Amino acid sequence: MQATICQAAANQSLFSAESFVGIIFLITVGLIIAGAWIAVVSRRLVRCISGLAVCFTGVAGTYYFLLSPFLAMMQMLIYVGAVSILIAFGIMLATPEEGDTAGNKGSPIAGPLGFAVGALMFAALSVLGVKTDWQVFPRTGTGDMEAMGKALLTSHSMVFELISLVLLIAIIGALVLARRGRN
Amino acid sequence: MDTSIWRPILYLIGFMAFAGLNAAYLGWCERKGAGRIQRRTGPMEVGFQGLLQPLADGLKLMSKQLLVPTGVDGILFRVAPILAMIPALTSFAVIPFAGNIQARSVELSVLLLFALASIAMMAILLGGWASGNKYAVISAARSVSQNLAYEIPMLVTVITVVMITGSMNLQDIAVHQQGGFWHWNIFALNKSILMPISFIIFFICSIAETNRAPFDMAEAESELVAGFMTEYGSMGFGLFMMGEYLNMVVGACLVTILFLGGWDCPFGLFPGVWWFLLKIYILLFTVIWVRWTFPRTQIYKLLNLSWKILIPFSLVNLLVTAAFIKIF
Repeated sequence: MQATICQAAANQSLFSAESFVGIIFLITVGLIIAGAWIAVVSRRLVRCISGLAVCFTGVAGTYYFLLSPFLAMMQMLIYVGAVSILIAFGIMLATPEEGDTAGNKGSPIAGPLGFAVGALMFAALSVLGVKTDWQVFPRTGTGDMEAMGKALLTSHSMVFELISLVLLIAIIGALVLARRGRN
Repeated sequence: MDTSIWRPILYLIGFMAFAGLNAAYLGWCERKGAGRIQRRTGPMEVGFQGLLQPLADGLKLMSKQLLVPTGVDGILFRVAPILAMIPALTSFAVIPFAGNIQARSVELSVLLLFALASIAMMAILLGGWASGNKYAVISAARSVSQNLAYEIPMLVTVITVVMITGSMNLQDIAVHQQGGFWHWNIFALNKSILMPISFIIFFICSIAETNRAPFDMAEAESELVAGFMTEYGSMGFGLFMMGEYLNMVVGACLVTILFLGGWDCPFGLFPGVWWFLLKIYILLFTVIWVRWTFPRTQIYKLLNLSWKILIPFSLVNLLVTAAFIKIF
């Protein structure tokens, strides 16, 4: 997808619709990278969460580029609107001191080791991305809500059941934890 | 589709003007309404009946320095008011004011509006936290717990409307209700007997979602100074206020489209944008009226109302609606 967009951007003038779409795609990619960077590098936890939210917004943008606006909206609604807010909420109520992570250095080999693993992953993914013969598969289904709902309740109903079970366990766990504090 | 370059530009200018005028003059309406309800006159000095007061306020706010106190998180402190304003402004892009007045007809516009509303919640949280002020943090925590609690019954109620209409497009939902008030979703008793209750739940939730009294726990003056806005002065404060009023307008538009037939006339006469505007301003007046009539509740009662009353009711409502659709 990126290749076609770059190609289109190269062929067209800067103000054509294709290059405009390409610029928006680059903006979403930039959002993901910038958000991830902030989330990892930032010293203050709430800033990390903000970076995470920015990153989620960028991921929603890529879902939109993958022709699934429904997933993009759900990404915004659930990940930006609920998950990151709940994490921020937890941090705000739990941490007594902000920005005090200086005494938390960890092992001396952690840094080089982490860097090595990250570089290895990056190299492997790059090689995979460049070497693989990417095929464009035809679109199956329209990706709209109706098709998705039918698929969830017929061919993929096992996933649906499992998710509901996980949610049930989460609710019961939350109830148990909340009750325990009262005695 | 009209791909002329002028269409988006004109819509942009139009919506900016609409949003700006509403944000400014709803403040005036609020003060006038508060005054009248409390047997005062409200603003009278600037212009006839104080009509130029919003201009004077705007000038004053813009000419003040944007003060960033020491000890705040500089970046987040500056970003939060902008984040509060932008989602509300963006929402206007998908709201159909009339059959032919809509910037963009998006298939999932209902979901889009809720996704944008959740960003506004983030703004309150970040603004409160970045202020580095205990009152602001408490206020942000309250506001977020309240918004999360009221988002659930709101979404569940919206699902009933979506089930009746079979579409998540605001345009389709409004078109579905054309032809007199007995077609409106609020009176659609033949589709689900509980539709008026849906409307009431949704309206209560929309007041709570916009942090308006009697649910304005976030800025309870008597206990939290000014809540998450305590440290904000000048246009930072102005943007939060404008964001609040714009959220009210978006909420009123949503109630109008989902339940009150959009731009449809109750008696089938001259449907058009004027009916839409009339309906949203009646709703906005009701919101102001409620604010100055009822005292503020407590945070516990507020959360109990949502978790113990509204959520069970909305779930039962959803089941009944589903049963109605299945049977009839």
